[in-house]
Amino acid sequence: MVERDVVIKNRAGIHARPAALIVKTANEFKSQIFFEKDGERVNAKSIMGIITLGATYKTPLKVIAEGEDEEAAVNAIAELFERKFEEE
Amino acid sequence: MDKFRVLDLLQLDLKENDALNLKCIGGRPGLIREIKVPEINRPGLALSGFFDNFAYQRIQILGRGETAYLNKLERENERVTLKKFFDYDIPCCVFTSNLRPNDIFMEIAEEAECPVLQTDLTSSEFTPRIMRVLSNVFAPKKLMHGVLVEVFGIGILIIGESGVGKSETALELIERGHRLVADDVVEIRRVSGNILMGKGAKVVSHHMEIRGLGIINITHLFGVGAIRDKKQIQLVVHLEDWDSNKEYDRIGSEESTMDILGVNVPYLLIPVRPGRNIPIIIETAAMNERLKKMGYYSAKEFNKNVMKWLESESVRAAFLDDVK
Repeated sequence: MVERDVVIKNRAGIHARPAALIVKTANEFKSQIFFEKDGERVNAKSIMGIITLGATYKTPLKVIAEGEDEEAAVNAIAELFERKFEEE
Repeated sequence: MDKFRVLDLLQLDLKENDALNLKCIGGRPGLIREIKVPEINRPGLALSGFFDNFAYQRIQILGRGETAYLNKLERENERVTLKKFFDYDIPCCVFTSNLRPNDIFMEIAEEAECPVLQTDLTSSEFTPRIMRVLSNVFAPKKLMHGVLVEVFGIGILIIGESGVGKSETALELIERGHRLVADDVVEIRRVSGNILMGKGAKVVSHHMEIRGLGIINITHLFGVGAIRDKKQIQLVVHLEDWDSNKEYDRIGSEESTMDILGVNVPYLLIPVRPGRNIPIIIETAAMNERLKKMGYYSAKEFNKNVMKWLESESVRAAFLDDVK
């Protein structure tokens, strides 16, 4: 299992478009991928799940992946956060 | 759990006989105070100056009696007790029956930054409601990935891997006249001991994501009859891609359950394969579950009949043997 802390860097937070981008990226991996916020865990392969997090600007999240390509999965997701979901 | 603040209490979306009708009439900065215990207190004794065992951490409810007493204190210009009262870290004071505290009370509450709330309900109505609301808020809670639907009155949680067809199955169930409670993210709370209440997250409730279509609004598309706000989870249906190496239940006489928040819920593992009509299987499962609740177990009854028949056959064979 690989865990990494990420922070939302785009002003708008995670709305539909970033959520879709995350899901698309997550689905490229076989591992199970989750986000955790305040102890609540949602599936990173589910758009609704990610939107439910209500993750706004500067919200800290934890990315958790479990499976054969967990390391690569966490890297790819964290990379999206770094690039502000290609917004701004 | 996140801290539950007085502000969160005011912002809860409560309907009908759960509504608390609270509004803040003073001590606004104190709305960030945390409610730590799901209990209430009538502060009569404390107001009269007796602070031993004062349950200050609870929500303080003041009705007609307390308000009348406060007015008596005002006439005597007595502030010491009130000051002492607000020295405690009280989450908030609630005045029932639209009662309004006098100016001295408001002034001291304002100074102490303790929120003063007001409701139009009477104390005897407000008390059970707030207890119910608080016990739900403080109930053990968990998020699950799945779809919650109501089929023939049975709350069914459909779970399974992403892409197995949970949402599509739910969509067809809705089309067939059943109801959607939550798609994708189901918030489950264990209330009154062993009841699992499921509902959707507020923002995304009654929306579904269907691959190829995107996000659709079920209420607008199918009408309010197609949705429900919350529902008890009475059956878990796990969809999984057909695995030819795996044995699936063929009889149904053994019942498996799934543990959710310490409650055992009947559980069915249903293999998915092109050509299998999953919505109809789920409808049937729901009706079968209702039969079970009425005390009729299809598989067990069937087996009982088979046994009876086998027995009578063997008796007949033995009889025929004897006659020969």
